[in-house]
Amino acid sequence: MRLHDAEVEDTFAEAFPMWGARIVVTADTPGWAEHAGRSLTGFATSVIGCKCEAGIERVLDASETPDGRPGIAVLLFAPDAEGLGKRLVERVGQTVLTCPTTACFNGLDADDDVDVGGQLRFFGDGWQASKVLDGRRYWRIPVMEGEFLVEERFGIVEGVGGGNIIILAADVATALGAAEAAADAMRAVEGAIMPFPGGIARSGSKVGSRYKAVIASTNHVLCPTLRAQADDTQVPDGVGSVFEIVIDGLAPEPVAEAMRVGLEAAARSGATHLTAGNYGGNLGPHHFPLKDLVP
Amino acid sequence: MTLTLTLREAPVAPVRAEALAPDRLAGLGAAEIERLALWHGNRRTAVGDLFAVAGGGSDDVRVEGDVRRLSGLGTGMAGGRLTITGDAGPHTGAEMAGGEIVVEGDAGDLAGVGMRGGRLVVRGSAGRRLGGAYAGERAGMRGGEILVHGDTGDEAGAGLRRGLIAVAGRTGDAAGLSALAGTIVAFGALGAHPGAGMRRASIVAMTEPGLLPTYAPACTYRPPFVRLCLRRLRELGLPVTEAQIEGRYTRWSGDGLELRRGEILILEAR
Repeated sequence: MRLHDAEVEDTFAEAFPMWGARIVVTADTPGWAEHAGRSLTGFATSVIGCKCEAGIERVLDASETPDGRPGIAVLLFAPDAEGLGKRLVERVGQTVLTCPTTACFNGLDADDDVDVGGQLRFFGDGWQASKVLDGRRYWRIPVMEGEFLVEERFGIVEGVGGGNIIILAADVATALGAAEAAADAMRAVEGAIMPFPGGIARSGSKVGSRYKAVIASTNHVLCPTLRAQADDTQVPDGVGSVFEIVIDGLAPEPVAEAMRVGLEAAARSGATHLTAGNYGGNLGPHHFPLKDLVP
Repeated sequence: MTLTLTLREAPVAPVRAEALAPDRLAGLGAAEIERLALWHGNRRTAVGDLFAVAGGGSDDVRVEGDVRRLSGLGTGMAGGRLTITGDAGPHTGAEMAGGEIVVEGDAGDLAGVGMRGGRLVVRGSAGRRLGGAYAGERAGMRGGEILVHGDTGDEAGAGLRRGLIAVAGRTGDAAGLSALAGTIVAFGALGAHPGAGMRRASIVAMTEPGLLPTYAPACTYRPPFVRLCLRRLRELGLPVTEAQIEGRYTRWSGDGLELRRGEILILEAR
């Protein structure tokens, strides 16, 4: 398949169920909301090493937040609901509670939820107080700065983790330019995030390794430097660099939409080949065929 | 179709009207509603003797006429909407658990007493012990929202345990008397002895009240919960200003004769 100047491989991205939550952080200024958002999503690129994946979904205008202050929406994903609850408590407790002027709210109405504020309240050492407003309970935790407000329960949904596109081009600069264009386009999709730095991973991995203790290792078939050494290389002629964009979403639809706009943007920005990663279709229940996403 | 109950003439004695709650009337036909029993003074009577019944089949109920002598309209209701087009009598919305009552005029004493959920809106003023506790009971309102667009009498939120009471006009004396928790927002003047005997509740005052000596100042800050609460009240139609949402509040802790875990937050004068 051709898409603008790129050859699109007839393959599919294979993705997995992951539980997701939307965290809304507000602060007195957009800057402090961003500080909290960046800390909250730090070291959350892959469940392989970080136990969760997270990213900033979008910046929120004051008119969109529960308390009318500038804010930021973050999506956080974990392999199961219990793990997601633990990660939320850890991360909100360490990165939002500690951040000047912030408050933290649930941003997802869902059938399932987990207790976050109800756990963090213990930091108040008995001085905390709760308030119920419109059926939602909030915890007021006294802190040295003043008071931290956090909602008790956060909605969670079974979403999708590991949607992806892979971008190939002649050299690093061109491939990265195409990947950046793709990531920029994908950030506009609500309900999806790209958890790697800047949304882009330079080190896609495969399952397993020749070393027993290593559960994931470099995706050697797409390493340009190994093209002449690896018998099973998949790096085409003329390709000198490859990037992957991983997408997690609250549902399959935003993942598919992010992939669609990403492919389109990459194909217009220097990519020579576009493909996606999968495991033969035997591991993940969510398949996103590229032919369905290319006009 | 809205069920409309129009009072034929003002009753000569108080009427206990607890039977008139939208969720309990929703499944009944007009004839069944007319046969429902009410106590008119010390005499048993039927709804049809006091009211002209029209419409029905829904949990949207309008009560028209001078019903100031009817007590307990909407008692224990768990859903639906009850509109009282004029003034309402005492105990309106007592122990209600859900749904909405709108009183277009004034409400009598003990409106929302023992309330557990839902919303009670009084477009006029309310009497004593709004959202309070019955005499002899420790806890009053346990949930829900009460919005009064006018004034309220003394001891609003007495024994308040949970929920939100907001008064746009003047709030009478001893607001939050012995309150256990919950929130009272007083947009107008606040009477004497607010928070007397209060344990954990919050009173938000937009004017400087006279405080008991058992309250002590802590600091002046912007409580994050207050702006959330005020935005909610603005959504619900109360005249909340930006200055109140953005403003700083001085926190007074008390009552020192009790747990000293309650607070009176007073908007800083500009």
